[in-house]
Amino acid sequence: MNLKPLFVLWPLLLLSFGLAAAEDEKIEYGVSEYANTFQDKTLKQHHNRPSTADHGEFDELKGPFASGPEVTKACLGCHNKAGSQFAKNKHWTWEYKHPVTGQLLGKKHLINGFCTNARGNEGMCAQCHAGYGWKDEGFDFTKLENIDCLICHESTGTYYKTPNSEGNAACSVMFEGKPAIEWERVAQSVSLPSRNNCGKCHFFGGGGDNVKHGDLSSALFNPPKALDVHMAADGNNFDCTTCHVGEGHQWEGSRYQMTVFDAKGTGKPGMPRDTASCASCHGHEPHPKVNVSGLLLNSHTEKLACETCHIPEFARGGVATVTHWDWRTQGKLKNGEGYKLKEYTQGNGEHRATYKSIKGDFKYGENIQPHYAWFDGTFKFTTLDTVFDPSKTPVELNSFSGQPGDKNSRIYPFKRMLTVQPYDKGNNTLVYMHLWGNDENALWGNYDLQKAISAGMARFNKPYSGEFDFIETYSYWPINHMVAPKEDALACDQCHSSEGRLKGIEGIYMPGVGGSDLVDRIGLLAALAALLGVLAHALLRFISGRRRAH
Amino acid sequence: MALHRIQVFRIFERIWHWSQALLIFTLLFTGFAIRDLHRLIDFQTAVNLHTLAALLLLAIWIFATFWLFTTGQWRHYLPTSKNFAQVARFYVYGIFKGEHHPYVKTYRRKHNPLQALTYLAVKTLIFPAIWISGLLYLAVSFGLFDSLQASGVGLLADIHTIAAFAVLIFVILHVYLLTTGHSFAEHVRPMITGYDEVELTEEEYAYLKQDEPQKIQD
Repeated sequence: MNLKPLFVLWPLLLLSFGLAAAEDEKIEYGVSEYANTFQDKTLKQHHNRPSTADHGEFDELKGPFASGPEVTKACLGCHNKAGSQFAKNKHWTWEYKHPVTGQLLGKKHLINGFCTNARGNEGMCAQCHAGYGWKDEGFDFTKLENIDCLICHESTGTYYKTPNSEGNAACSVMFEGKPAIEWERVAQSVSLPSRNNCGKCHFFGGGGDNVKHGDLSSALFNPPKALDVHMAADGNNFDCTTCHVGEGHQWEGSRYQMTVFDAKGTGKPGMPRDTASCASCHGHEPHPKVNVSGLLLNSHTEKLACETCHIPEFARGGVATVTHWDWRTQGKLKNGEGYKLKEYTQGNGEHRATYKSIKGDFKYGENIQPHYAWFDGTFKFTTLDTVFDPSKTPVELNSFSGQPGDKNSRIYPFKRMLTVQPYDKGNNTLVYMHLWGNDENALWGNYDLQKAISAGMARFNKPYSGEFDFIETYSYWPINHMVAPKEDALACDQCHSSEGRLKGIEGIYMPGVGGSDLVDRIGLLAALAALLGVLAHALLRFISGRRRAH
Repeated sequence: MALHRIQVFRIFERIWHWSQALLIFTLLFTGFAIRDLHRLIDFQTAVNLHTLAALLLLAIWIFATFWLFTTGQWRHYLPTSKNFAQVARFYVYGIFKGEHHPYVKTYRRKHNPLQALTYLAVKTLIFPAIWISGLLYLAVSFGLFDSLQASGVGLLADIHTIAAFAVLIFVILHVYLLTTGHSFAEHVRPMITGYDEVELTEEEYAYLKQDEPQKIQD
């Protein structure tokens, strides 16, 4: 018997089995979107300012408590202004009236380039609302005991939220099997918010770890100094609230209207700060004035945001961000079931879904060079009411103003997100989708976009032509976090060269990028002519000298 | 009238000349790097070196200008038509016929008329253009003159660059002309030792012998 073919075939067989196995490993059945935000991943933070009160010793917090609102009532019993203060906060209202553009914004209204709309899907999305029980329009914003104090203030790391309403059967498995919340323990643990509190929601915006912002990921729960010079545990160990300061449950740092140029700077000693700007600590001349470089860098602050040089790349620290999202491919099933295909392995070794039945295709990126543009802090949004020209794509979900010469504008870094998402082909507007729910119209479970859009629009009496298509959109996310150590800041050459990062930025002359080509060309030609002239002169002298010698 | 070997370049002039030469080479090299005409050194080093060399050269110029006016040496740079035609004719014609350089240094005129005119042009046109544009540029980069920030600085850079090319051309011609007339070494030596053959009147010789005998070498 000739065994030779077997020897040849055997490795091939092994290889094909291996490939098939690898293919299977990448597929995960089900549509669970659960992200582990428990404190086993996070660092127990100690606060630099020890509290004057140990809430564990208060009778009011002894309990027993059976629910969140019961705890909140106990909180508001002493903190009798906290409720009315917080009721004005965006974390509660999900609504923001823009002081410059007059637009009505906030999660309650906006459409983004990720899961598109929280509106109508609060049952799922409002897990990150700092309140209890928002599942539909019936939510009572005047009922202060529905404020969730614990999500921001508990410090055990065991607290969690689950959806406020039931999803499709396909999704219902998502949050099963979690240990019950020990209300008394978490209530007694309250302190000033730590990175763990803020990060549980803000690091997972857009539906997963670092999906949305690019500069806010779970890597910041316990970052090394190289990732974030301010928050590093072995460095300053800042909380989010070290920079996002404020009083009376109002604090700074919203991106809807940003402070790009903080005119006040560090202010006078003891002066209260209410900006989350770099200048509020570092001033406007942050580089040591001991050499030419220091002086020159200080003058850069008139044109560049600090972030432009000091956050050379975002999505660092091993956690990727989504850069492209394509809704067109949603709804593919395997064995009649929704699934995820995890074909991206990020820096920390975790696998990320490049396809989800409930959301479509994704592309990821890490260590991404930002998009740069002049920015004055004001964003203008494409809302549900904005009619756009679908021949001009990508549609900018948020555009921004800013120009050279304007004292409030700086060149600023952004994450630019590209999404292909549904829109109303008849009315040329964006659409609300009905994603979450235990009904025949919910996309997540039924995978029918037409039904999801019809229901999403009808629910708020919004006009829908009945015909949808897909459109490319851009959304811009300002990059402010993951400030690198100074030795990792951009080197001069990164911008001051002909193919530098700020290529195409208008309104500035940048040495090193090449000035007027005409001047350079004429100058070089003239110098060459001088050189050739003297060489010719020398040659003539040489020839005439030889003639005389003969 | 007789030829004597006397000191024509004092120690200050020699230090001035060579430090200026070194700084100008540094400035040309770093400046063209900043202008993105070459990338032999990185941008930050180029900017630092360029700025420091410029400030140093400026300090030397301030000293030199003061020196020229207090010592009366500025007279060497006054333009003159005397012998101008002969010197010009020499460079375009006589030099190829093996003629000797028609100009002999005198005590009051250590530069030939073409030289004097060139140096005058360099000192009154090119150098002021380069340091006015350069200083304004520096002021803008240090955050002054906000109104120039946006577009004006590009124009300053262009003027500065044009002047820099003029300096480069001067350097090319200057070095080449050292090879004409006497030998290259004989041209360079006076700027090192300070001494050269100069035609002195009897009065000048008598005066030097009386007042500054250390200046006469023969």
